[in-house]
Amino acid sequence: MPSGGSLTQDPCMNIRSHIRQETVVLLLAVAIFIASSIFLNGFIEASNIVTLVRGVALLGILAIGMGIVVIGRGIDLSVVSILAISVACMLQLLNMSYSLPSALAITLAGVIVMGGINGFLVAYAEVPAIFATLASGTFVYGIGRSQWLSGDVVYMPDNQTGFMAMGELKFLGIPAEIYFFLGIAFLAFLALRFTRPGRFIYFMGDNFAAARNMGIPVRPVIVLQYIVSALIAFVAGVIMAASLHSMNTRIVNSTLLYDIILVVVIGGIGLSGGKGGIRNVIVGTLLIGILLNAMTILDIPDLYQKLIKASFLLVALIADGFINPRDEQTDQAGDI
Amino acid sequence: MAKWKTLAAAAGVLILGAVPALGREDPGPAAYKQALDGKTVILVPMAMGEDLAQGWAHYIGTAVKEAGGKFEVRDPNWNTEAGAQAITDAIGSKPAAIVVQTPDLQSYSKLYKRAQQAGIFVIQVDNPSNYASDAFVGSNWETLGELETKAVIAGCGPNSSKKIGLIQGDQVNASSLDQYKGVQNVLKDHPDFQIVAAPDSNWDATTARNVAATLIQQHPDVCGIVDFWDQTAQGTAAAIRAAGKTGKIFLATTGGGEAADCKLLESGTIDALVATDVPNQSRDVSTLIKFLLQSGLKPGDAKTWLYTPEKITTKADLKPGTCWSIEENKAAEAAAAK
Repeated sequence: MPSGGSLTQDPCMNIRSHIRQETVVLLLAVAIFIASSIFLNGFIEASNIVTLVRGVALLGILAIGMGIVVIGRGIDLSVVSILAISVACMLQLLNMSYSLPSALAITLAGVIVMGGINGFLVAYAEVPAIFATLASGTFVYGIGRSQWLSGDVVYMPDNQTGFMAMGELKFLGIPAEIYFFLGIAFLAFLALRFTRPGRFIYFMGDNFAAARNMGIPVRPVIVLQYIVSALIAFVAGVIMAASLHSMNTRIVNSTLLYDIILVVVIGGIGLSGGKGGIRNVIVGTLLIGILLNAMTILDIPDLYQKLIKASFLLVALIADGFINPRDEQTDQAGDI
Repeated sequence: MAKWKTLAAAAGVLILGAVPALGREDPGPAAYKQALDGKTVILVPMAMGEDLAQGWAHYIGTAVKEAGGKFEVRDPNWNTEAGAQAITDAIGSKPAAIVVQTPDLQSYSKLYKRAQQAGIFVIQVDNPSNYASDAFVGSNWETLGELETKAVIAGCGPNSSKKIGLIQGDQVNASSLDQYKGVQNVLKDHPDFQIVAAPDSNWDATTARNVAATLIQQHPDVCGIVDFWDQTAQGTAAAIRAAGKTGKIFLATTGGGEAADCKLLESGTIDALVATDVPNQSRDVSTLIKFLLQSGLKPGDAKTWLYTPEKITTKADLKPGTCWSIEENKAAEAAAAK
């Protein structure tokens, strides 16, 4: 498709052409689900399904933030650093006897500034997103650990009983984390589908030059994208801390960041941007959730779990290559 | 006459012999001072963010400085490459000894050899490796596993389901593999107890929470869990809380014995802790350094293994001073600097 040809094109066209990968993943998830239900004792029980979804709810929330950025043909490698350092700092403030509202306000301001800096670097300084966020994530972690935090782990002070109780909160037997996941997914769906910036993100991801030429305020939208991504990371961190009663900044060294990208890609949001939606994130999250739960029930060692997860990613990528062959436009614009 | 001569000589010998006894020249203080005077000891832990590393830095550092030495810390922050770089740099600066927390069985073995060839004593702490350097000081992880399992068996009691779960670290590190061996050792004597599941946390609290949740979901009658690290036990405890099983599932783990660990015991987050005695372990390290530097031994001449005695601590054992405190150590350092 010649450059600019997508000006008047409905981005839904792209989604439609992509439904097939999503379908592949969904069918895969259903197949593993059915197999697990037959062969694994207790898998199909309602309480196990709740455990399964709760186990990936945080991953899903983070993947929603990443998905929004990737649809706009960006990537945010700083989310895990922002999650860990912002929440650890908030707990540190609580330990220093700040009230919850003031600690929350201070941290929130910091998170918005960090997201804003990411967006500024990408939109105005025109640093490629992958480098800008890699650097800013390392910066946040470095300054947080060296200047503000004394150790890897910051514990929640004992007087924060309300905050701690949030970790065990349930409605109708379903943990609050799952409602948060679904709620954020719904909000993101509405924002992407029905708001101007949401539609702009699709245009920008599909054909950035054309989007700019038609007068979309591309730079402010990019900044907004990264602020939303940072805020979602913060919310995920708060939920994590409420459950664990602490924040361990060592999570920055874990594979969480790759797992987030895995969910986004496996769900069918192409890294070349402009494609997919929240539905893809949910499908990707559920596939990973079913896989992890089944592998844990089977007591498969962590190393093999990684191997199996990676194999699924490779299969998804290869399937993506077959189903959505690279067109002239992606070749011209390149991936992120 | 000859008799008198002999007597005089004998008296002379007595007097002369008595002289040094009166104004005794004790070689001790000088030798002690000379051992470390102006020399440097460098600590390379896996990360300074860890409570163990904070403890070693304080206790070993204080002892080395008290003996007239210089003490430095390099922080690789969980990065094995950065740790290797730190050791390489340390070898270049010719310290008297390096104290290293080995991240795995193999990574630093060649560097240890090089350090020893450069005349530097190498003391490994906490994690064993395949290379026997001048000394290893740390926990016997097998014993740790045994103690944790004994605590869980006692916590479950004879009338329980006798089903226990393990939350392992990974399948690579000696600290995890040896704890697993310890668990097996104890279960041989208690064949009625069985492990229902033994997932890995990969040393991550959130992963621990998720696998523990699945474990409890699959085996609701499990009466106890051994988690291989206090930091992941936070996650396992969250899963126990979420399942409403607090007080019904006995959780034992191991940790550095810092004040935060005692808080976890006090709040009932964990039920039993096999804590590393960091102050005494650090004393073993500093004593070894002082010995090696006075002994006339060269690096590589001798090999020593010192295992830190471990015991189980439960809520009932808690009293002031059960745990050591990073905060108090910092205050002490600040006071000493004044």
